[in-house]
Amino acid sequence: METALHQRIQTAGQQLAAVLGPVDTERISGEVEVFRLTIAGREELPIFITQADTQLLCICYVWTERDVRPETRMDLLEAMLDLNVAIPLSSFGRIGDKYLLYGALACDAGTDDLVQDLLALSDNAVDALEAMADYLQ
Amino acid sequence: MSVFSKILTALRGSAREIGESVVDNNATRIYEQEIYESKAAIAKAKRDLTLVMAQEKAAQREIERLDKEVIRYEEHAMAALDKTEEKLAGDVAAHIAELETERAAQVKAQLEFAGHIFNLKALIRTAETRIREHERELAVAKTTESVYRATESISTSMGSSASKLGNARESLDRIKQRHTQLADQMRAAEELDAEFGSAALQKRLADAGIGDTGARGEDVLARLKARRAGAAADTPAAAAPANEPPAGSA
Repeated sequence: METALHQRIQTAGQQLAAVLGPVDTERISGEVEVFRLTIAGREELPIFITQADTQLLCICYVWTERDVRPETRMDLLEAMLDLNVAIPLSSFGRIGDKYLLYGALACDAGTDDLVQDLLALSDNAVDALEAMADYLQ
Repeated sequence: MSVFSKILTALRGSAREIGESVVDNNATRIYEQEIYESKAAIAKAKRDLTLVMAQEKAAQREIERLDKEVIRYEEHAMAALDKTEEKLAGDVAAHIAELETERAAQVKAQLEFAGHIFNLKALIRTAETRIREHERELAVAKTTESVYRATESISTSMGSSASKLGNARESLDRIKQRHTQLADQMRAAEELDAEFGSAALQKRLADAGIGDTGARGEDVLARLKARRAGAAADTPAAAAPANEPPAGSA
């Protein structure tokens, strides 16, 4: 059975597709409700959406600890911190050994807000990967 | 200790695996219970508060009433003195004294009610602050927990799927390559469009008989019709070639 969140994400995916090209939306199995949005041409940077307590989190994993060149790790962290405020609608974060960009929305955020956040997140992820490439191996 | 500090300690504590509970579930339940109880206590305190405020107002009204009574009886006492009714004046004075005692008791009660109100309001404020702190702490803890559990699901799904988190630089290279391809395709499409666009213009010019036109269909047809007419009737045959429109370039 489709949940209200699933429907909202599918609608957002369709709207996103109008801007970014084909977008695939699917629910991934697991105890928590998580959705994966795969954007054609950006398959390496799928966006995961999950509801965490009082907010909707849109997460895009960008690299792992393994990818970071040890000798420039501090520079990378500082660059992320410096950039964090300037990045539109998304912020850097880390879960376990995975670095990510994420956007947080109120649970009752409208589809338009969701689309805006997802669009920014996807663009930001590509941008971030490019900007931080020098610190990665 | 701030909520964030607690979470950081929990995240850094020992070699925690993703998916393992970040927050002590038991502690979460205790928190939720505390919030529930605090809310019930606030609701009761608010009910008490309205009651005490009503009592305080009643005491205030009683004081005002007694003040008026004292003034009224003082006037009576004065009138009695004017009429040299010493005894009556003395009785009235005794009654005034009673009224003043009662007034003093009401003032004392009013002060007590006011103090009670102050305490209840402070209690409610403190409880509300504590609830807000607890709720915030719970929200952070639950969000952390939820994020880690979601990550577990994502990691599991990535294990087999095409979206496996590969090498970041390779990902970037692939994305850029596709981007270049797309840009190339768009450029090619533009060039193609420009080419077709100019070809279409050339055709329109030729149709209008301008430029390098080549044979025009209707001219050829007219020529052929004229030739056919000439073959059918010998007499106008001589005129037919004269009518033949010029073919080829204008």
